[in-house]
Amino acid sequence: MAATVTASPGAAPPRRINWAWLGVLPFFIFAILFIFIPSASLFIDSFRTPAGGFTLEHIAGLTRPPIPQSYWLSIRISAVTALGGGLLGFLLAYALTMGNLPHWLRPVTLTFAGVASNFAGVPLAFAFISTLGRTGFITVILRDMFGVNIYDAGFNLYSFAGLSLTYMYFQFPLMLLIMVPAIEGLKREWREAAENLGASAGQYWWRIGLPILLPSLLGTMLLLFGNAFGAYATAYALTGGQLDLITIEIGAQMRGDVLRNPNLGYAMALGMVAIMAICILGYTLLQRLSERWLK
Amino acid sequence: MHKGTGMKRFSWFAWLWFMIGAVYFIIPLWGTFVFSLQKQRGVLSFAAYQSAFADPNFWESFLFSNLMALLTIMASLLLIVPTAYWVRLRLPRLRPVVEFITLLPFVIPPIVLVFGFLKSYSQPFTLFGIPLFPSLTSNTLLTNFLLVMGYTVLALPYMYRAVDNGLRAMDVATLTEAAQSLGAGWGTILWRVIMPNLRSALLSGALLTFAIVVGELAIATFLARPAFGPYLALLGNHRAYEPAALAIVSFGLTWLAMGLINLVTRGTQAESIVTGAH
Repeated sequence: MAATVTASPGAAPPRRINWAWLGVLPFFIFAILFIFIPSASLFIDSFRTPAGGFTLEHIAGLTRPPIPQSYWLSIRISAVTALGGGLLGFLLAYALTMGNLPHWLRPVTLTFAGVASNFAGVPLAFAFISTLGRTGFITVILRDMFGVNIYDAGFNLYSFAGLSLTYMYFQFPLMLLIMVPAIEGLKREWREAAENLGASAGQYWWRIGLPILLPSLLGTMLLLFGNAFGAYATAYALTGGQLDLITIEIGAQMRGDVLRNPNLGYAMALGMVAIMAICILGYTLLQRLSERWLK
Repeated sequence: MHKGTGMKRFSWFAWLWFMIGAVYFIIPLWGTFVFSLQKQRGVLSFAAYQSAFADPNFWESFLFSNLMALLTIMASLLLIVPTAYWVRLRLPRLRPVVEFITLLPFVIPPIVLVFGFLKSYSQPFTLFGIPLFPSLTSNTLLTNFLLVMGYTVLALPYMYRAVDNGLRAMDVATLTEAAQSLGAGWGTILWRVIMPNLRSALLSGALLTFAIVVGELAIATFLARPAFGPYLALLGNHRAYEPAALAIVSFGLTWLAMGLINLVTRGTQAESIVTGAH
């Protein structure tokens, strides 16, 4: 008697379960535990009464002073440093790529920019205090050698202007790092074609170069905006929490010494995440748009 | 390089902006350096550095932060290398999802992240009334673990991009098949085949993580850990010259990290170097 060991060819193969997804399980557990749950808990409690019901009261609470002022201050400082840093970074990137500067300047400047864009937080605040603080190096030189007291003239490092100046130190190098490859993506043929058709350098930039770079320029400025908007350490170390940025306000809320309403704090954090999400989304979309031409 | 007539004319313009940029870069550093030498009246000396380094709290917090950075790098590698490898090899459809997750830390600033941590994990964690794990801030070890997880989140975008760029540069499928046909298991493939090929990518990701983590303020402060960032912030409140000295030291360390990254990647990953926690 022959044993029928093999399955008949017509039978369905045993169902194969795809176990491949198990390989990414640790990553997803990590993301759920340390990204999703912490943010979701803030999100949910922004809409919850102490008793557990649904409410929009905390979101409405964001419109009561001093919260809108804090958001507005953060938005202004982020906008100013994104525009200022963006403009300076772009012009510097232009100078490095198109400006006929000596070749060795390029790698040196880019390395410097890599360092400066990562040199932030408390040490950066210290550097500006040592330079432009009341007894800082430059303040004293201007006072003793030129007779100019910048603090009498209305400058104050521990203010909007001072913090903007400090933020710019990491803003424009970041712009430079992103814009140099973008400008280099402009094809030489486009410029030659424009010149052959009689365009001046100005016309080329205005009609061809800038429009192609525009998505990248705007996108990177959005990134800079988000970069400044989420900053905490630099502002805290520079002003000791005196300047009411939204990050400082959230920090104070966590220390438990201001609003006495934790849910309002969660709503503030939620508002921050919403603004950051718009920035990063805008950056991603604009960057994708610019890749159509530059690649 | 193109040498059109319009270009030479604008050379002064390029120099002007280059000089403005250079002044902006250098003046605060120069100012801080000179300031840091003025601790003793009338003479330039390294007294501020000596005094800063003589503080045992400096060494304690600095070593603590370096240890946390090291643990963060190890946790990131364990988490990201297998994931990025597996997504490339077997689950390409998950790619957009994983990439989206690695971008989330840009959307959630550290101050908000630590807020969420405290809210979710300072009490025992329960799911549908079932306690799953105790409060993560109840003892030092667990709080340090939470800190490292927070730093791993901060480092995620940079690490993932570095590893993914590294994987793109090699033929993952062929290398895997070759190793398998020689009898290698998954552990051997990752450890002996993939990792060595990722060396420069991993090194640059690790150095960037270092630059981000040592000196981080928000997460360490609100988890109340004795890290270097909070130590520096406190020092700034009651000293003048020592903070300047340590700012110069920090700048030197950042420079060292970035220089090493340039060295190991030969400049190919300049675009992945973007900002940490400010």
